[in-house]
Amino acid sequence: MDFNLTEDRRMLSESLNRFLAEQYPVEHRNKIAYALPCHDPSKWEEMAELGVLGALVPEDAGGFGGAGFDISVVFEAMGRVLCPEPVLGAAMAARLLVAAGADCEALIAGAVKYAVAVSEIEAPYDLDGIACSASAKGEGYVLSGRKTAVYGGQAADMFLVAARLDGALAVFEVAADAAQVVGYPMMDGGGAAELLLDETPARLLKAQAAAALEDAVNAGIVALCAEAVGAMDVTLNTTVDYLKTRKQFGVPIAKFQVLQHRAVDMLTEIEQARSITIKAASDLGTAQASRSASMAKNLIGRAARLVAEEAIQMHGGIAMTWEYPTSHFGKRLIMLDAQLGDQDHHLSKVMANYAA
Amino acid sequence: MDLSYSKDDIAFRDEVRAYLEEALPTKMSDIVRSGGELTKPIMEEWHAILQRKGWLATIWPKKFGGPGWTPVQRHIFEEECCRAYAPRIVPFGLSMLGPVLQKFGTKEQQDYYLPRILSGEDWWCQGYSEPGAGSDLASLKTRAIHEGDEWVINGQKTWTTLGQHADKIFCLCRTNPDAKQQEGISFILVDMKTPGIEVRPIRLIEGGYEVNEVFFTDVRVPYGNLVGEVDKGWTIAKFLLSHERTGIAGVGFSMQALEEVKALARKVRRNGKPLAQDPLFAARIAKAEIDLEAMKITNMRMLFKAQEQGAPGPETSILKIKGTVIHQEFKDLARRALGPVAAPFPGHVMEGNLMFGPEDTAHNAARYFNNRKTSIFGGSNEIQRNILTKAALEL
Repeated sequence: MDFNLTEDRRMLSESLNRFLAEQYPVEHRNKIAYALPCHDPSKWEEMAELGVLGALVPEDAGGFGGAGFDISVVFEAMGRVLCPEPVLGAAMAARLLVAAGADCEALIAGAVKYAVAVSEIEAPYDLDGIACSASAKGEGYVLSGRKTAVYGGQAADMFLVAARLDGALAVFEVAADAAQVVGYPMMDGGGAAELLLDETPARLLKAQAAAALEDAVNAGIVALCAEAVGAMDVTLNTTVDYLKTRKQFGVPIAKFQVLQHRAVDMLTEIEQARSITIKAASDLGTAQASRSASMAKNLIGRAARLVAEEAIQMHGGIAMTWEYPTSHFGKRLIMLDAQLGDQDHHLSKVMANYAA
Repeated sequence: MDLSYSKDDIAFRDEVRAYLEEALPTKMSDIVRSGGELTKPIMEEWHAILQRKGWLATIWPKKFGGPGWTPVQRHIFEEECCRAYAPRIVPFGLSMLGPVLQKFGTKEQQDYYLPRILSGEDWWCQGYSEPGAGSDLASLKTRAIHEGDEWVINGQKTWTTLGQHADKIFCLCRTNPDAKQQEGISFILVDMKTPGIEVRPIRLIEGGYEVNEVFFTDVRVPYGNLVGEVDKGWTIAKFLLSHERTGIAGVGFSMQALEEVKALARKVRRNGKPLAQDPLFAARIAKAEIDLEAMKITNMRMLFKAQEQGAPGPETSILKIKGTVIHQEFKDLARRALGPVAAPFPGHVMEGNLMFGPEDTAHNAARYFNNRKTSIFGGSNEIQRNILTKAALEL
């Protein structure tokens, strides 16, 4: 049992936190996050040089990480500044590329930005519900259907698309310029896209890919949970600082027990959220991965809502403004629940085996 | 990061598991499983069994007769005891007074009292709370006056758990009424057979009897029964409370309770189906199971920290707050799973009017009500929030 980070991860965490604190201050973040392409190419390049993308890929595929804890270190740091860069797509794509035995060099270098297209309007979370279809045409394949909420899709060079090939889930590569991509910034910052496929040329990356897709989603969940932990930690710190400085009735409002205890409840839920994220990161790639990921995403969904709403409430007005950073943290924490399965979706996965 | 136990810890776990399988009498685990009453002789018998193995005083260092376990080993032992449905070790002598004497007692006190705790000769109880001093413990009024070579004690203690079985009680008494509240308190050992002590039972919400009021009227004990320095008892009280908090997450008990709830939900039928298939009920179990899964890791993180730093920090209050609420949730779910079958008063359930057999039915409503205590005792969850407010958030 050891809850310390390895030396390599601790160094990555420190250098990334330092870089983001300096290079992604909230003003810059908001400028990038809410306008297309929701991406800053020069920062992306520097992040790739720092090893952010290489950390998502195992050593035998050319990277230097690839484990759950590598993903969580990267995303916790990103969550602390609400970094909108499309790293989630890279984290999920790395799993699929490795599963297919494909080359990860361009991903690691940041030269090709990947987005993973799983969700559809009628199946936002559920892999079994995927309807997008693939058929052979000439030497290659064509895809038809519509992919929704493709995170990072607005800035992607390459899409990895989940589609049905002869009824089974498969993953295809679709170049961004071959498809119709409708990008948009999101309420909580960062971008996504609708991907409209109509006999769109595609290259088969992996057939029989249900397990690989599940693993990619689990990795994405670890990433989102860690991002939430980072964002919640900052949100609590900001709230606590505010309680100490804001005066009403002649005293700092931190003196009021009703606020003290609510701040402690935020702390308690954040510690629980950190714990379940550690569990999901630890189990990634094992037989327990999906169950632990579902547990984590459910708890994170609940904790993040509590932290966001309480932070805004306890700030009393000021965190309702665009100018104050907590408003943006609150939005991210709330909206993150709807990515890769919300708390209800994952709760029903956890309880599915109770009757047995 | 590595969540798994080390090879040594796994070997230790297997050793504990094998030992419990062999040494824990079925009649005891049956009582624990069914929520029946653990009588004094049963508790004493279990203590004696553990003591023969040297595993009774789990938090004592070797030189005082403990096993000298690490925090992780103690955690494993507690988890395995829960898994096996072993009776809970009575903590007052072993987990509370023992460490106090080891740190603050004189050599004579250690030599006299510690072996008697291990042998079971002395059953201790705790004289802390008073009618007017609960969460605000430092406002306690029970007075001890130094007269010649004796203390003369007058006052009242309450919530004295298992005091009805006790041979001795350790008390916080006010010895200097003029000093600041925390600075006029002393820690004094009292024999329960001393004239002037009266123990009155307090019947609890579910009808059970485990706590008492203890009255002191001109109770005379030797001056040497003072532990540590006079008027410095508050330091000891705080030290003791920090020990009371180890294992406070109750992870093992909650794991036990989760399995019971799941088993019940598979047996009970509603609307022609097992209750486990009712999405509303299953969702409640799942939420609590997820919270427990996180609590297991939170608990291990704090054990790891305690092991690295030598002592548990104030964050252990998180374990108390969350651990008790999770456990209470399972008790609520068990009661609700049974529905009307949980209603019969304990003692009125017998063969013939049972739905599923005694172990699943007889005591769930009682256990639900009894377990409301866990978020109140040992520093209420509100007091734990006060601690975290200061120590963790620095507000």
